[in-house]
Amino acid sequence: MKTKALIIAEHANQQLQSSTSSLVTAASQMADEVHILLMGSQLQSVVEQAAELQGVMEVKYCQSAELDQPSAEKITSQIMAVVADYAVVLTAASTFGKNFMPCVAALLDVAQISEVIQVESRDTFVRPIYAGNALATVRSLDPIKVLTIRPAGFEAAPLGGGATITEIPLVVPEISSKFLGASLSKNERPELGAARIVVSGGRGLGSAENFSLLEKLADKLGAAIGASRAAVDAGYVSNALQVGQTGKIVAPELYFAIGISGAIQHLAGMKDSKVIVAINKDAEAPIFEIADYGLVADLFEVLPVLAEKL
Amino acid sequence: MMHECQKIPGFSLKNRLNGYNDSEVRKQVKMKILVPVKRTLDAYVKVRLQSDGSGVDLNGLKMAMNPFCEIALEEAIRLREAGHATEVVAVTVGTEKTQEQLRGAMALGADRSIHVLTDTDDLEPLNIAKLLYAVMQNEQPQLVFLGKQSIDGDNNQTGQMLAALAGVPQATFASKVVVNGDSIEVNREVDGGVETLSLSLPAVVTVDLRLNEPRYAKLPDIMKAKKKIISQISGDELGVTLKQHIESIKVVEPPARKAGIKVASVDELLDKLRNEIKVL
Ligand SMILES: Cc1cc2nc3c(=O)[nH]c(=O)nc-3n(C[C@H](O)[C@H](O)[C@H](O)COP(=O)(O)OP(=O)(O)OC[C@H]3O[C@@H](n4cnc5c(N)ncnc54)[C@H](O)[C@@H]3O)c2cc1C
Ligand SMILES: Nc1ncnc2c1ncn2[C@@H]1O[C@H](COP(=O)(O)O)[C@@H](O)[C@H]1O
Repeated sequence: MKTKALIIAEHANQQLQSSTSSLVTAASQMADEVHILLMGSQLQSVVEQAAELQGVMEVKYCQSAELDQPSAEKITSQIMAVVADYAVVLTAASTFGKNFMPCVAALLDVAQISEVIQVESRDTFVRPIYAGNALATVRSLDPIKVLTIRPAGFEAAPLGGGATITEIPLVVPEISSKFLGASLSKNERPELGAARIVVSGGRGLGSAENFSLLEKLADKLGAAIGASRAAVDAGYVSNALQVGQTGKIVAPELYFAIGISGAIQHLAGMKDSKVIVAINKDAEAPIFEIADYGLVADLFEVLPVLAEKL
Repeated sequence: MMHECQKIPGFSLKNRLNGYNDSEVRKQVKMKILVPVKRTLDAYVKVRLQSDGSGVDLNGLKMAMNPFCEIALEEAIRLREAGHATEVVAVTVGTEKTQEQLRGAMALGADRSIHVLTDTDDLEPLNIAKLLYAVMQNEQPQLVFLGKQSIDGDNNQTGQMLAALAGVPQATFASKVVVNGDSIEVNREVDGGVETLSLSLPAVVTVDLRLNEPRYAKLPDIMKAKKKIISQISGDELGVTLKQHIESIKVVEPPARKAGIKVASVDELLDKLRNEIKVL
């Protein structure tokens, strides 16, 4: 019998999350057939985008006003209604995926394997532990594999597919949290997790106003802006920009760490970047141990010059 | 690979805790908060691996309460101090050594604690969640506060699993919790910013870094904590059978980055980026 994998895809109504294409690649390493499940209130265009991904056989979707900003409980119920057909259920290790996937695993009475960066075989996976200071290879003994995936570890599947599209009925859980509202940070820059260049600032920036120095640099480079926890805690920028063990994991071609000391929790989020540049006035800062290019300097002196010369 | 469909439990997300929805019962008992805490390697100690790839070597290294659990505990204590809760109960699952963290939790302000004794500290989140669910059934708390993630396994699972097993609503990654009688309002840190949910009680909340700044234990409180109660119970006594779902094959160091260089000026930096590695 052919094994099937079900990807739970994230979207923002008009736009499918770009990491979905990497999930397709991961899924095709674990099963013979790849399906995608979408839930939401306005799915027209995202269903089409999902069906276009090469390697996807079927896109299942449930569209209902009930599924606008769906709770973990609603998403879990919807998945449980279709999961019996699948040997693998996977989603991205984003705050979206991390929220409901363990619920699915618990109700199936199987483990979840978190933050998978590599598929060694259909039941064996590699994942970082201890803030990325160790890599664990683990084998799942369960009949159904439930996984969250770090998209950066997998190539994006190309377009050109033609999946069949199936609507599935709504399932409403008896108990659910209620969505009251959201304050999302406005961001016209590239998505932090997918940007080619990331410019990150830390406590060394000293204030929210001073982050404008990074913005000038990011504008010139077409880069996303990131931050250390200390910068977010101090209120310089939104939590959405935190890079690290407990923030976003990024792996851009070029990462600038500016006024960031290089704590292991920060490194956990960026040390797989291709090229790392550090600017710090303390020559002993641990960030220099992993930087490809280190500039020991006062950031307030060099940032304007850097932005000017780009 | 095959799997038997009948193994999948008939799923309906409904409150599986008897008596909880009886509003009479709820009026009588003042709010109790259960806080599962985990013993982990101190956040600022570098992890060491066994040379044979069998796992991490914690021998002699400084252990501590998982930082997210400290935040969960702090929030529970603040709610009690603000008069919203009457009792804060810390619980840990692990070997005898983990009692150190329960003493620490009581020094910080937990009223009492429960030690679910196991013969290893290397437990899977699903097994921990099942044990915590059994404790939850005994204790009938209105709120369970957990850390969003343990900094050793980086699993980010236990709270969500517990909520699903108990059939109660959850809010993960909390950065603000407001109690309004029978319900709570929680701000959650999500990838795009912050979102707000309302949850009826009982509920499970997992906490994020910016919820609060945990206090330090004062010496008199450390002394007082020695007199507080730790009740010990085993998995068997809780009626939970643990099952292995994951086999560890190896644990290795991540590939090292090759050593970089220092540049003397912005011009030199730009020259390297443009002409040497051509990323710009
Ligand atoms: C459980 C846990 C989870 C965590 N998760 C994360 C996480 O996800 N992400 C994260 O980033 N951190 C995380 N942290 C926090 C982490 O341990 C560090 O505290 C944090 O990364 C420090 O941020 P920073 O480098 O900006 O600040 P600091 O360590 O204070 O460093 C500031 C740096 O700026 C430099 N500097 C100051 N002024 C200038 C100037 N004028 N010019 C040039 N350089 C200057 C200084 O030399 C210094 O090196 C976590 C911690 C814990 C315990
Ligand atoms: N052994 C344990 N005993 C008690 N609580 C635990 C244990 N392991 C995990 N937890 C709780 O679950 C949270 C998340 O852990 P994890 O799912 O492992 O990332 C922790 O912050 C604790 O609140």
